[in-house]
Amino acid sequence: MNSAIQFNNVHYAIDNQPILKNITGSFYEGEVTTLVGPSGAGKTTLLKLCNGLLSPNTGEIHINGKNIDDYDPVELRRYVGMALQSAPMIAGTVYKNLALPLDLQGQQLSKNQAADLLQDVGLGEEFLHRNSRELSGGQRQKVSIARTLVNRPEILLLDEITSSLDQVSQKEIEELIVKINRKFGVTIIWITHNLQQAITVGTYTWVMMAGEIIEEGKSDLLKSPKNEQVRQFVKGELE
Amino acid sequence: MSPIALIFSLIFVLIPIVLSKTFNLGLEKDTAIAVVRSIIQLFVVGYVLKFVFDSESIIYIFLMVGVMIVAATLNARKKGAAIKGITWKIAVTLIFVEVLTQSILLGFNITPHTAQYIIPISGMMVGNGMVLAILFLNRFIAETEARQDQTELILSLGGTPKQAIHTQLITSIKASMIPTIESQKTIGLVQLPGMMSGQIIAGASPVQAVQFQLLVLFLLLTAASVTCVMLGFLSYRTMFNQRMQLVWGR
Repeated sequence: MNSAIQFNNVHYAIDNQPILKNITGSFYEGEVTTLVGPSGAGKTTLLKLCNGLLSPNTGEIHINGKNIDDYDPVELRRYVGMALQSAPMIAGTVYKNLALPLDLQGQQLSKNQAADLLQDVGLGEEFLHRNSRELSGGQRQKVSIARTLVNRPEILLLDEITSSLDQVSQKEIEELIVKINRKFGVTIIWITHNLQQAITVGTYTWVMMAGEIIEEGKSDLLKSPKNEQVRQFVKGELE
Repeated sequence: MSPIALIFSLIFVLIPIVLSKTFNLGLEKDTAIAVVRSIIQLFVVGYVLKFVFDSESIIYIFLMVGVMIVAATLNARKKGAAIKGITWKIAVTLIFVEVLTQSILLGFNITPHTAQYIIPISGMMVGNGMVLAILFLNRFIAETEARQDQTELILSLGGTPKQAIHTQLITSIKASMIPTIESQKTIGLVQLPGMMSGQIIAGASPVQAVQFQLLVLFLLLTAASVTCVMLGFLSYRTMFNQRMQLVWGR
């Protein structure tokens, strides 16, 4: 299996406080890998390292075999798209938000393209002219994912995008992730707090704690973890 | 004004002190310090200005303007301490504003080439630039903190640092310029400007006082816009590193 992203002994610290320690591992091309772990495990930091919003203090990250430092930051971020946890919207309509990635490149998104994107994430064309402030949490997340897809990323990073959603919306987003993975062949790395989601949607899972990978492998590992800490985490004894 | 008249003017100092004492405002000490400081500072400035005007030396003019810029920079930088290299950014901005405005004034013979004009006008430009720099930095830092998510969003979508900070920059520039523009809209209707009032009291013709006041108002518009725009564009770059990562607050 080819590595879409390869971490080699990656270390990241802020003010000498280690956030990630000696991370080594691969995210496989075309697969959905879920990242789980208690708060403060360093999951979001790890995602930000993947699309160059942060750089490691030591160690190397390779994207499709090429050192991340050899990528132009703008090109890298278009290639490795990221949907942020809070799904921030710029002021204005849904269309304005969808058009943003191309707008940043001095190009225009046609209304038809925007409608197709909305359809891909399960929203109707009528949402195009809706003010982004009027969207529900689930709708915001869908628009946020659609907006990230405008750049046609090969790798998609999703940061706890279902954490504040009701069960119906969570299920819709799960289906959407599977659809994007299968329809576009996009490699997906998804931080989730919901272990059931991690098992059903993810092919692979990394369990992180205090900046380290404690256990990794097929997502089924969460059903019978080998590591005692992971067992405790799965039982809900660690937050 | 005679020295006796000046002494009588201290009645206006006694009134706030008595009021503070009567209503337990606790402002007597601060008021007294402010009065003593203003008396000393203004008399010192008065004598220094007399010396500089009499000497007609360009070196003293440069020295006076230099002191103004240093004092204004040191005062304004406190508001932007979180921005890397803010001291030199403010200093460069104020120097640029001063050079630009004086070049136009002197180059087009709008004002005479004497210390009597150069120093007071420089004081107004630098002082106004300082206030604008403080207003701008206050707002820019607040906007940057409040919209960190948006900055990160645009970077994550492949935007450049300039695109990521554009809204915050423009909002801050506009917000800090509004007081200058708004106060000019009501000038003469709500209040007579201090400089114009001073000239009229000193016996100048009101029409001539108005002409000079208009000149100052136009200069202040330039000082305000150049200060905000230049400081903004100098400041935002240091919030990002060469890998186009937001390093602000980290």
